[in-house]
Amino acid sequence: MAPGSASSPSPSFPALRPWAAVGAMAAAAAAGPGPGSGPGDSPEGPEGEAPERRRKAHGMLKLYYGLSEGEAAGRPAGPDPLDPTDLNGAHFDPEVYLDKLRRECPLAQLMDSETDMVRQIRALDSDMQTLVYENYNKFISATDTIRKMKNDFRKMEDEMDRLATNMAVITDFSARISATLQDRHERITKLAGVHALLRKLQFLFELPSRLTKCVELGAYGQAVRYQGRAQAVLQQYQHLPSFRAIQDDCQVITARLAQQLRQRFREGGSGAPEQAECVELLLALGEPAEELCEEFLAHARGRLEEELRSLEAELGPSPPAPDVLEFTDHGGSGFVGGLCQVAAAYQELFAAQGPAGAERLAAFARELGSRYFALVERRLAQEQGGGDNSLLVRALDRFHRRLRAPGALLAAAGLAEAATEIVERVARERLGHHLQGLRAAFLGCLTDVRQALAAPRVAGKEGPGLAELLANVASSILSHIKASLAAVHLFTAKEVSFSNKPYFRGEFCSQGVREGLIVGFIRSMCQTAQSFCDSPGEKGGATPPALLLLLSRLCLDYETATISYILTLTDEQFLVQDQFPVTPVSTLCAEARETARRLLTHYVKVQGLVISQMLRKSVETRDWLSTLEPRNVRAVMKRVVEDTTAIDVQVGLLYEEGVRKAQSSDSSKRTFSVYSSSRQQGRYAPSYTPSAPMDTNLLSNIQKLFSERIDVFSPVEFNKVSVLTGIIKISLKTLLECVRLRTFGRFGLQQVQVDCHFLQLYLWRFVADEELVHLLLDEVVASAALRCPDPVPMEPSVVEVICERG
Amino acid sequence: MEDDAPVIYGLEFQARALTPQTAETDAIRFLVGTQSLKYDNQIHIIDFDDENNIINKNVLLHQAGEIWHISASPADRGVLATCYNRASDSKVLTCAAVWRMPKELESGSHESPDDSSSTAQTLELLCHLDNTAHGNMACVVWEPMGDGKKIISLADNHILLWDLQESSSQAVLASSASLEGKGQLKFTSGRWSPHHNCTQVATANDTTLRGWDTRSMSQIYCIENAHGQLVRDLDFNPNKQYYLASCGDDCKVKFWDTRNVTEPVKTLEEHSHWVWNVRYNHSHDQLVLTGSSDSRVILSNMVSISSEPFGHLVDDDDISDQEDHRSEEKSKEPLQDNIIATYEEHEDSVYAVDWSSADPWLFASLSYDGRLVINRVPRALKYHILL
Repeated sequence: MAPGSASSPSPSFPALRPWAAVGAMAAAAAAGPGPGSGPGDSPEGPEGEAPERRRKAHGMLKLYYGLSEGEAAGRPAGPDPLDPTDLNGAHFDPEVYLDKLRRECPLAQLMDSETDMVRQIRALDSDMQTLVYENYNKFISATDTIRKMKNDFRKMEDEMDRLATNMAVITDFSARISATLQDRHERITKLAGVHALLRKLQFLFELPSRLTKCVELGAYGQAVRYQGRAQAVLQQYQHLPSFRAIQDDCQVITARLAQQLRQRFREGGSGAPEQAECVELLLALGEPAEELCEEFLAHARGRLEEELRSLEAELGPSPPAPDVLEFTDHGGSGFVGGLCQVAAAYQELFAAQGPAGAERLAAFARELGSRYFALVERRLAQEQGGGDNSLLVRALDRFHRRLRAPGALLAAAGLAEAATEIVERVARERLGHHLQGLRAAFLGCLTDVRQALAAPRVAGKEGPGLAELLANVASSILSHIKASLAAVHLFTAKEVSFSNKPYFRGEFCSQGVREGLIVGFIRSMCQTAQSFCDSPGEKGGATPPALLLLLSRLCLDYETATISYILTLTDEQFLVQDQFPVTPVSTLCAEARETARRLLTHYVKVQGLVISQMLRKSVETRDWLSTLEPRNVRAVMKRVVEDTTAIDVQVGLLYEEGVRKAQSSDSSKRTFSVYSSSRQQGRYAPSYTPSAPMDTNLLSNIQKLFSERIDVFSPVEFNKVSVLTGIIKISLKTLLECVRLRTFGRFGLQQVQVDCHFLQLYLWRFVADEELVHLLLDEVVASAALRCPDPVPMEPSVVEVICERG
Repeated sequence: MEDDAPVIYGLEFQARALTPQTAETDAIRFLVGTQSLKYDNQIHIIDFDDENNIINKNVLLHQAGEIWHISASPADRGVLATCYNRASDSKVLTCAAVWRMPKELESGSHESPDDSSSTAQTLELLCHLDNTAHGNMACVVWEPMGDGKKIISLADNHILLWDLQESSSQAVLASSASLEGKGQLKFTSGRWSPHHNCTQVATANDTTLRGWDTRSMSQIYCIENAHGQLVRDLDFNPNKQYYLASCGDDCKVKFWDTRNVTEPVKTLEEHSHWVWNVRYNHSHDQLVLTGSSDSRVILSNMVSISSEPFGHLVDDDDISDQEDHRSEEKSKEPLQDNIIATYEEHEDSVYAVDWSSADPWLFASLSYDGRLVINRVPRALKYHILL
């Protein structure tokens, strides 16, 4: 039987428990020391089964050794461990068990359990015998093995002892050999040391002559190297007289060398690289760096100042200044190049100086740089007036590009920033210059227009030029704007080195070009135009009305199309792409529209005033009481109609017709009949009957109730009819007011009647609502009738005849 | 805080002439002169009962002719001067005369029956201002502070200073000056300054304003081209001695400092037609009234150039006027020039506006169609000024 059976879940008998325990222990003991794998190890069941069984076995062991309940409780469900009737339980009580069996089971079952139990006991006995026997055999073989091992080890111990003795002998020998060789070795080492020392000494003794030779040959570098090598030694042994002599010699020579080097350095004519070399050597000779530093910079300053002087000479007023490109080229290659070299050499030489040295260099560069910038700015300022942007931009580009190299070297000096600033400033000034240019161009256009308007015209050619002039002005301004945009655009060209600076990418485009130049110009244009409205010389009419009209149309055109076109153009060219708020197109358009409206309103006022003055003089200067019976329309009325027609033509050249209220083709006829017969009758009839002075008022008041209030100087719309309506309203209202101030005789009234009818005949066609002309003229005639002590109106047919006769 | 509605009174005739009864300081009374060529002209004495909002009128016949200008004596309630047209054959001449109204009408007897024009009383002629040598009379102005003995009349291009003697029954030409120049110069309007001991008069002709010293009858200042077109009227600021307002056919109202006549101090352009009349309020000179032939009357608040640029300044006269102190109205933020109100009650050109001499918050305007409208300054503003 395999020892595994001990752990198998066989039903155990209480009496056999010690046996089982002994069996298990024996199996363990046998398996432990056994060198091979005992058969007891093998019978591990298939994987999944193993832990189950092991746990069971453990459980039983634990149970047996009376381990705690808690741990025992971990067992899979089994019989109650406290049950005294459980054969395998820890608390098994044979008496109780027997009692229970006897009480519970029938005889047959008792018999069965008895045989069963006997069979089990027998099986367990045989198992135990087998185990004991097997384990006994294993003990025997183990004892044999141990005995054999004991013998082997004893032999080995003897050999080890022999080895130790031999080693001791060897060590002894080795020590003896070393001791013998020691002395000789030391002597050799010493000899080698002496040899080296002698060679050094030889070098030292030869040093003065070598140095002299080197100095004579001009191989300063070599000399300095030698000197450097010997320096420390000489320093160390200077208490020995011979060395002292050498050192003294050397120092003399070195001093001479330094002298010569300094000489060369001071002469300085040989250019920066050689100077740098001198300085390097001098430094190696241990000359004070501080002083050299100063001297170096002083020399550099001398050279750079010369460059600056030559630049300044170019600036000078007397010689014809070379163009700005050439100037910046000179500056770039001469001054900036020199500065670069100086800086590079300085940094190389005086790197050891640390931040103080760097600071000194930066200060140096700053000072000279600022002088250079001052010169450049002076030169650029001369350029401001000039028109050629491309040259300027190229010059600026070179200027800026050159300064970027030292900028990298001399970050602390901030030359690159300063250069960028200068470029920005120039760009800004350029923008201002262009804005001025545009304004001047606009004013020039206006002057041209004035001249064209003032020029004596060929008779009958009132204003064929007006539309043409407008087109000229518009196109000329537009081309100026485009030219300015193109010129300014050079600043942002890709190949220009400063175009990718944030200023040129952002602010320049949006604030500078778009806001400053374009928006600024449009605004100033509007302002200039508006200023014509405010001109104090209202009476003289310093501004020709045609100019007002033309400007108004120009502004209107700007509002409808040009502004958005120009701004789109600008935005496209300059890819405005930053967050600065920009004036929206709509605002500008509103401003332009407002300007156009004000100009047109002013035009209406001015023209209205011209006609008003005519009418007023005609009414004021006439003696209406003693006038003769009218035979003709007064000349002034014809003049009024003529002027109105001229204005109509003038406005028609620039403005669209506009809407007027519906009217029949024979409008004049119809309204005439209404006006002169029925209404006229109705209105003055009561004045014949002395009984009713009230009626006149009543009628006119009632009539007024139903007619709308006429706003005389009301704002006009952008069309011809509205403009003409405005002018006619102003004129007729003036006529009305003047008539009210006079007293008329019978014929005076009739003359007014004729005049008004004449106006009626010719003016209705110009206005939006002919009813308006009727109303005003009616009122004029009614007022005249009131101002007449003897109102006898003329027969309408006669009036008509007179008017038709002209 | 509802503002009272305007009170409207209709005359049968056209009218241009309006004046407050200057010597009257208790009752609100206006005199209106009519213009009719065919009928007898009248002077309406309009009494306004402020408490009941009722108008009482008395009519006086003015048979001499149609009235172009009227002005009341500052000293005697019953005395007034008119400029009127006298038509003779084919000539029209504008004359001026000083009149006395019947005693019982001086203080506005309310019991006078309505529309009793048939029994209308007639003015008593005190004296003519003889203008045969000087031409058409444009206006007559009384010495504002005096005893009603001195008047100035403007006749064509002459400025005439008259002394009224023997209880105004005789007018003696004291001194005169005339305007010389190219063309026909004609005065359109004039005002007598209440400052400088009443020694200054300002006149308007064409586009020019002129100041005169009444003692020497010489010009003391001249504002050429004060307006773009004809100057229609002017008025002196009652509280600031060098300030002067003018209005004209260019639709503008301009305020001048006569010490610096190159530029107006301020310009208003609110009317849409000629401005015929401009009047400072007698007490609160920030209130400026203008009437225009666009049929509108505009009341402006010109605080910034007034004598009370910071509001405030309560004087005793005003306290008596305000019945109820409304302390919650006190809001003392800096005041801005603005338009207080535009009155659109008229339907014809407004040729005359004036403040009441009794109530500084009340004014009348007269349009050509004979409509007289009495309006008040909005209460909110009134309290704002007072408190």
